[in-house]
Amino acid sequence: MADKASILKLTDVKYRWPGQTSFGISIPAFDLKVGETVLLLGESGSGKSTLLSLICGTVSADRGAISVSGTDIASLSAGQRDRFRAEQIGLIFQQFNLLPYASVLDNILLPLQFSPDRRKRVASVKEEAETLCQNLGLPDNVMNVRAGTLSVGQQQRVAAARALIGTPPLLIADEPTSALDAATQKTFLQLLFAQSRAHNTTLLMVSHDARLADQFDRVVQMSDITKTERENT
Amino acid sequence: MILRLAFGSLIARALTVGMTILAIALSVALFLGVEKVRTGAKASFADTISGTDLIVGARSGSVQLLLYSVFRIGNATNNLTWESYQDIAARPEVDWIVPISLGDSHRQFRVMGTTTAFFDRYKYRSGQSLAMSDGVVMSDLFDTVIGADVAATLGYKIGDPIVVAHGLASFTEHEDQPFRVSGILEKTGTPVDRTVIVSLKAIEAIHVDWKSGAKIPGKSTSVDVIRKMKLEPQAVTAALVGVKGRLQVFGLQRSINEYKQEPLLAILPGVALQELWQIVGIAEIALIGVSAMVVITALIGMMATIFSSLNERRREMAIFRAMGARPRVILGLLILEATLMAAIGAILGLALLYIGLFIAQPLVDSAFGLWLPIEAPSIRELWVLVGVIVASAIVSLVPALRAYRLSLADGMMVKI
Repeated sequence: MADKASILKLTDVKYRWPGQTSFGISIPAFDLKVGETVLLLGESGSGKSTLLSLICGTVSADRGAISVSGTDIASLSAGQRDRFRAEQIGLIFQQFNLLPYASVLDNILLPLQFSPDRRKRVASVKEEAETLCQNLGLPDNVMNVRAGTLSVGQQQRVAAARALIGTPPLLIADEPTSALDAATQKTFLQLLFAQSRAHNTTLLMVSHDARLADQFDRVVQMSDITKTERENT
Repeated sequence: MILRLAFGSLIARALTVGMTILAIALSVALFLGVEKVRTGAKASFADTISGTDLIVGARSGSVQLLLYSVFRIGNATNNLTWESYQDIAARPEVDWIVPISLGDSHRQFRVMGTTTAFFDRYKYRSGQSLAMSDGVVMSDLFDTVIGADVAATLGYKIGDPIVVAHGLASFTEHEDQPFRVSGILEKTGTPVDRTVIVSLKAIEAIHVDWKSGAKIPGKSTSVDVIRKMKLEPQAVTAALVGVKGRLQVFGLQRSINEYKQEPLLAILPGVALQELWQIVGIAEIALIGVSAMVVITALIGMMATIFSSLNERRREMAIFRAMGARPRVILGLLILEATLMAAIGAILGLALLYIGLFIAQPLVDSAFGLWLPIEAPSIRELWVLVGVIVASAIVSLVPALRAYRLSLADGMMVKI
C-alpha cells in the first residue's frame, strides 16, 4: 500500500524495451506527493517517454511496483489499466494533442467517455468545460470551433482543459510548452499552475528546459532517478 | 459522441472518403440497377400475354414462335396456311382464335393484321384488356388502330393518314392504299404500344398488286375495286387460341403439333416463357456475378483507403489511447467508420438508382419496350443494402485489426 501522501510511487521498477534483451532502464525509487508540482528534467533519449508510458500503464514494467493513487498498476488487466488511466491521469503532450476535426468541446469531453467515475464528478460537463476554457484564457464561444483551426497556444490550453476536466488526481504534461513561444509559454504555465492548484491536482511535467525549474515545488533530474542498464545475459 | 467523432474524422478526409463512398454508391446503383432491369424485363415479358392458352404458328422453336408472335422480336420462318387456321378454328375445343399477320411496317413500327376479336381477346398484365385512349376500333378496310408509343413518337392523332411499307425497314411503300388512324390505344407497357394494327383483310388489300414479295410492274388496282374483292388471306403468321376448358389445352396442343397437313407448332405461352428464362438464366447469373464483383471491388477499394490512412492517423489513435480508449475502441472506431461509409454509399447508391431510373425509364421504354417500374425498394433490395454494409464491416476488420495492433504497440506515444 502506498504512502497516503503519495499520489505516485515507483519502487524498484525495471523495464526492458521489446527486442532489447540486454538493455533497459531501472527506477529504484520515485514518488510524488499529493498537490505537488514537479519538473522532471532529462535529455532526449533519457527514458522520459518510457517512464510516462509506465506510469500511464500503456507499457508494463518487467519488475517492481508502480502505484497511482494507491493502486498497483501491475495488478490491473490491460483493459482495467486503460480505464484507470482515464480516471486518474490527465495528459498533455508536446503538440498534436487534439483531434483536429473535432470541436473544442468534444476534445475536452473525450476522456470522460472512457472514465465513468471522472464523468460523475462533473455536474454539468458543458458548463465545466466552458469554465475551464474561461479560466485558461480561451476566447468565448470557442466550444464549437474545430480544434484544428486554433493556434498552437490555444490548442495547448484546450489540451490543458481536457486534462483537468473531472479533476483527475494526477496531471502529466510532456513538454507542453516546447511548441510555444516564450510569452505564450509563461502565460500557459501560469494558467496551468493556477488550475492544478485550484483542483489540488499533482502536476508532473517532463521537460528538457531547465529554465522552468524555479516555477515548480521540486525539480527532479531524470538521471538521478533512473539507471540505464546494460547487462550481458 | 464517438459516432460524431467518427463522422468528423470522415469529413476531415472528405476527398478520399468521398471517392470511396462514390465508388460504393456507383457499385450499389449498378447492382440494384441490374436487378431492376432483370426483374423489370421478366415482369414485362410475363405481363405481355395473359389469357391466351395456345399460340399456333409454323413449326420452329417454341421460344422463337413466342418471340415473333407476341414480342415482335425476330421473324417467322414460315406461315400458317389459312386452311389450317380455319381447320383449327373449327375444332370443338377452341373457344376463340385470333389470327396475327406480320411482315409489314410503318416507320420503325411493325404492322400487324388481325381481326377485331384481337381487341377483346388479347389480355395483358393478369387479364387486363386493351382500351382506347381515343377513337374506335377499325371499321373501314383502311382503318388502323395504333399503339400509344406509335402515336406519341410519330405525333399521330385520329384521322391522320398512314402509309404502310412493305416488309421491314423497306423503302417500298404501299402508297396506293393509305390507311387512316381510327383509334389510339392506351399505354399497356407491351409490344402492342409499338404496333400498327390493321384488319387482316387490309393486309390482303395492300398486297393485291404484289406477288412473291414484289410489286407486279404496271399493275395498280384501284381502292374501289379492292373494296369489292373477296379479301381472304392465303396464310397468317400465327394465331392466338383460347380453349373452352383448361384440361383440353394439352390435347389440342398435341393434335396441332401432330397435324398431318402442315408442320405446325402450338405452344403454351407460360411454358415457352419458362424456356426463355432458362436460356437467359446463364446470362442473368453472369450479369449478377459481374455486378457483385463490382461491389466487392468497391469494398476492397474502401479497405485500401482505410489501410493507407492508418499511418497518418496513428496520432489520432494515440490521442484516443491516451484518453483511456482501449485498443478495441480503436478497432470499433475503424469498423464504425467503414460501416458509415458503406451505409452512406448504399443510400447514395439507392438515390442514384432512382435518379437513373427516372432518366432511363422513358428511354428504355422507347428503345427496348421495357417498362422499368419506379417503386419503393423491395425487401430483396434492402437486404442487398444490408449485405453491402455487413460486408464492409467484415472487410474493414483487416485494417481495423492492423490499427488495433498498431495502437497496442504505439500506446499513447507516437513518434512519426
